[in-house]
Amino acid sequence: MEVNFKVQRFDPESTDLVSHYQNYQVEMTESSTVLDGLIKIREEDDGTLSLRCSCRAAICGSCAMRINGEAGLACNTKIVDVIPSDGSPITIEPAGNLPVIKDLIVDFQPFWSKFKAVEPWLQPGEIEPEGEYLAPEEDMIHLAGVVSCILCGACVSDCTVLEVDDNFLGPAALAKAYRFSRDPRDESDNQRLAQLNQPGGVWDCTRCMKCVEVCPKGVDPMDRIMLLREKVMDAGHNNTSGARHANAFAKFLKNSGWLDELRLPVLSFGIFNIKAMIGLIPLGIRSQLAGKRPPIFHHKLSSAKEIKKIFEKVESKK
Amino acid sequence: MKYAFYPGCVARGACPELYSATLEVCEILGIELDEQALEGAACTGAGVLQEKNLLLADTLNARTFALAEKSGLPLMTICSTCQGVMSQANQRLTEDPEYLAKVNETLADEGLEYKGTIDPKHLLWIIAEDLGIDFLESKIVRKLEGFKFAPFYGCYIVRPSKALKLDENPNRKQALEQVIETVGAEVVEFPGSTLCCGFPILTINPKNSQTMVANHTIDAKDRGADAMVTPCPLCHLNLDGYQPNAAALAKRDIDLPIIHLPQLVGLALGIAPEKMRLNKHLVSTKKLLSELAVAP
Repeated sequence: MEVNFKVQRFDPESTDLVSHYQNYQVEMTESSTVLDGLIKIREEDDGTLSLRCSCRAAICGSCAMRINGEAGLACNTKIVDVIPSDGSPITIEPAGNLPVIKDLIVDFQPFWSKFKAVEPWLQPGEIEPEGEYLAPEEDMIHLAGVVSCILCGACVSDCTVLEVDDNFLGPAALAKAYRFSRDPRDESDNQRLAQLNQPGGVWDCTRCMKCVEVCPKGVDPMDRIMLLREKVMDAGHNNTSGARHANAFAKFLKNSGWLDELRLPVLSFGIFNIKAMIGLIPLGIRSQLAGKRPPIFHHKLSSAKEIKKIFEKVESKK
Repeated sequence: MKYAFYPGCVARGACPELYSATLEVCEILGIELDEQALEGAACTGAGVLQEKNLLLADTLNARTFALAEKSGLPLMTICSTCQGVMSQANQRLTEDPEYLAKVNETLADEGLEYKGTIDPKHLLWIIAEDLGIDFLESKIVRKLEGFKFAPFYGCYIVRPSKALKLDENPNRKQALEQVIETVGAEVVEFPGSTLCCGFPILTINPKNSQTMVANHTIDAKDRGADAMVTPCPLCHLNLDGYQPNAAALAKRDIDLPIIHLPQLVGLALGIAPEKMRLNKHLVSTKKLLSELAVAP
């Protein structure tokens, strides 16, 4: 079958340094992958097309790129699954949120420096175990999903926070931080969690689930970030806007069954955060003038008591 | 068609206009809403309670589902965040019988049990799937021809696709565009349609949050949108409430009204804008409404 590709090209040696799209047409079979198509283009049509690839089996993580606008591995994406129904070509772009070196090749340096920043190795305590340290099976089963990460960068490519802020550690590094933080053989939690509690750490994730959606290995980075938030709060780091928000949120639910939207932002920013409190004033005035604001008096739901009992029961088991 | 109605916290709190518009629209579309059935149902946790205690949040959602089962009615929500959080909870509860049994143990104290039969549905999906786009079209008295709307799904009604059953219902990925076209308006395509509005980090990282607002609203505005339409009241709160901050950050005017899905439908059904509190938005809808008033 004839397949049309529209590939983003960028040549660092060009005079204008602007990327452009180039169309290719190749003959492929029903079972071909996007990577097969790109390799065929490079070998038979245009030897200047640059891309990274190696294993062709979703193991090495080299060929992450945007396919029709969404990150994925070219080697485990079948062409028939991504041909647009309206007859338009398959759009191929380099992975996002990383600088493009040439065509579909991106610079992974920012990826690695964030990865390194979370110290992705086991850090045992001062007392060395006498023999082999056998980790409980259930802990390793719990970590199996996150250990599957092949460092392809698909999650980083489509992270909506990295799109606006380079400072964010990002889903891949944070998922890896969880992998070590949750390992029973690692004893560096105090220092690790304190670091992850800093700006650019666990609290900057928006929970948009893009990383969960595009990860080709089921690592679910965002879910790991949420588990890290729980660990950070359980370790007593509660003096961030994120922790205050989660704690205030839970408190309102426990006491009334639903949210008090008038008081929640105040408690999340922190009432002693003068700058933020002043910042809320214009919004308050605008809301008041528009006649659009939550009720001043927050009532309890009719079954607030039953809801509170559930809180008490489940929290006591934690 | 009758549903156990779960309005969510925001429609009863900071977005009363969403609540009013929903009641008006449902009446005309023949969607009967039973609000008593879920009157005492808790907040879904909005993904935030899940950060503190996932089992607790899942138990509260299972309780809501159990109440819906008791009423014998399907569950309808008007909040994408509620939809996403409930769908994810439901996936965990229905995929793992042991987990469900553990949750039901807690619910038993109140004489409740969740059997796993609820499939929570947003009004957007109800219009597109249960009623059908043709039915919506048959009820339209006022085509919004000449107007351009940018669809803003946000995150929770499009991801994770498995919990939201998007593969089984591929139509869900285009439902908002379908509604916009059915009411006679033009869809404005823009890159951020299914990205994050920035609401979850609005107190945590205001600059990032407002940059997201600026990017999406400016992209839509510059592509000719008269307004943005969203099925998510949390997206509305950020895109509407913080648009002036975003404009200041981007150092330019934006002035793009952010309207709720039922408000858009309501305009085409001939419902008076004041009845849907369209005059109570922070980014004024005055220009949009006056153009609508004089349009043929």
